[in-house]
Amino acid sequence: MNIPFYDILFYVFAALIVSSAAVMVFSRNVIYSAVGLLFAFFGVAAIYVLLGADFVAVAQILIYVGGILVLLIFGVMLSQKVTSVDIKNGAVQIVPAILVVGGVLFILIRVLLSTPWGAASGRNIQDVDLTAAVEPTTQQIGRLLMTEYLIPFEIVSVLLLGALIGAAFIARKDA
Amino acid sequence: MPAFISFLTITEFTIFGLPEDISNLIFMVLGAAIFCGVSAVMALLGVYLERKISAKMQDRLGPMEVGSHGILQTLADAVKLLLKEDIVPAAADKTLHFIAPVMIFAATLAAFAVLQFSEGIVFSDLNVGIFYIIAISSFVVIAIILAGWSSNNKWSLLGGMRAAAQIVSFEIPASLAVMVVVMSVGSLNLGDIIDAQEGSMFSWMIFRFFPFNFIAFIVFFVASLAELNRAPFDMPEAESEIVAGFATEYSGFKWSCFFLAEYANMFLVSVVITTLFLGGWRSPFGDFLNSQPFQLFWLLSKAFVIIFIQMWLRWTLPRVRVDQLMYTSWKVLTPFAFVAMIGVGLLMIL
Repeated sequence: MNIPFYDILFYVFAALIVSSAAVMVFSRNVIYSAVGLLFAFFGVAAIYVLLGADFVAVAQILIYVGGILVLLIFGVMLSQKVTSVDIKNGAVQIVPAILVVGGVLFILIRVLLSTPWGAASGRNIQDVDLTAAVEPTTQQIGRLLMTEYLIPFEIVSVLLLGALIGAAFIARKDA
Repeated sequence: MPAFISFLTITEFTIFGLPEDISNLIFMVLGAAIFCGVSAVMALLGVYLERKISAKMQDRLGPMEVGSHGILQTLADAVKLLLKEDIVPAAADKTLHFIAPVMIFAATLAAFAVLQFSEGIVFSDLNVGIFYIIAISSFVVIAIILAGWSSNNKWSLLGGMRAAAQIVSFEIPASLAVMVVVMSVGSLNLGDIIDAQEGSMFSWMIFRFFPFNFIAFIVFFVASLAELNRAPFDMPEAESEIVAGFATEYSGFKWSCFFLAEYANMFLVSVVITTLFLGGWRSPFGDFLNSQPFQLFWLLSKAFVIIFIQMWLRWTLPRVRVDQLMYTSWKVLTPFAFVAMIGVGLLMIL
């Protein structure tokens, strides 16, 4: 007997992502949305683990949960009416939002249907040896960042530096 | 997808001829249960030590009644806590008020999975081990903020926000100090980091690239004190200012979850410091007394020395102010961590 262990785990985490994303979108309370987002991020990290991308999974948790989400909740708390449960998450601009989201959905579905999934990695999906342990990715990512993708990497870091300086400038008292 | 299993278990054999999948599943559940037990015992021991050490430093006796020299006092307290009524404030957010203590304990426990207790005794030999510990600890921050917010109490909220600001700030020097070690070793794997410190105590990471790794050790120790919310950086639960901070509105079992997580985290951080800088489970005398039971002994004794220093500081130093805290993080620890990092980098290419 061979339990489809990874399939079960995949569906558990997929269900977690979808349900917590739904909580995030439909909740009227910003803090609940943030908690929904937390579990969605966690589920995505779990999917990365199932795909063998260990470094990306951990980076996902560190950056999105440890960085972005903490700052998000912190920002919510610094805004008005923190001690009451009044922080609402209402829907605004419904018609343009539906247009934009519909467009994005259309493009995503097109990409989903037109991508040759098995051949994307240059291999046929049946030929991939699923029982082989996946190689650690950290070293390869580091090497690629310092060689092939050095220019994009540096451009992104300049962008982040710009954002940092901009934030410091806005936060200045005598600006 | 079996990549998952290679991350999570290193066990090769199966129990009672069961299929490998089921056997691995049992191993994982068993391991998690063992870590629950280990962290709970470490927390009980930590509380007892804290009481006794603080008593010694203040020229008192500490707990003396329950058991010989009060050794069963924390056990009795634990039983009392479990039997206490669970009070949830009427205006609290019930769901989040429940999730926060669960999350803080789960996050602490999750970090235990990658620790190396002695040669080959590791539940999950994760390739990105130390990075994983840093990442999974961020759930602790979220849990503390949620606890502070959901209690619907100004002290809780202030405590939660202080904790968030503090932990996020100190994560930067702590991570940079870890980077110094990772650069010296060239791996994020805790096993590789311990292997790189083979030999006597002078091959420990703390003496490598002197003095830069020593600076990193000090930076990491101070930053980890702040991340643990320990004195002198215990603003999130400063009794004299904000009652008990984020834990003000918690009682009974939920409160003991926070307490347990705090002491389990102390043990965790001590083991991490030991692993990164003090040779992990390696004997300080090279191969002398380096068999497996002794490895566990060395690891625990090094970790408890670190825990003792943490307690010593708590009962000796007064609490710093919030601005002093931020000054420590951004203007002292972070520059020193950068100096250590650049220094190690220079020494490595020279």
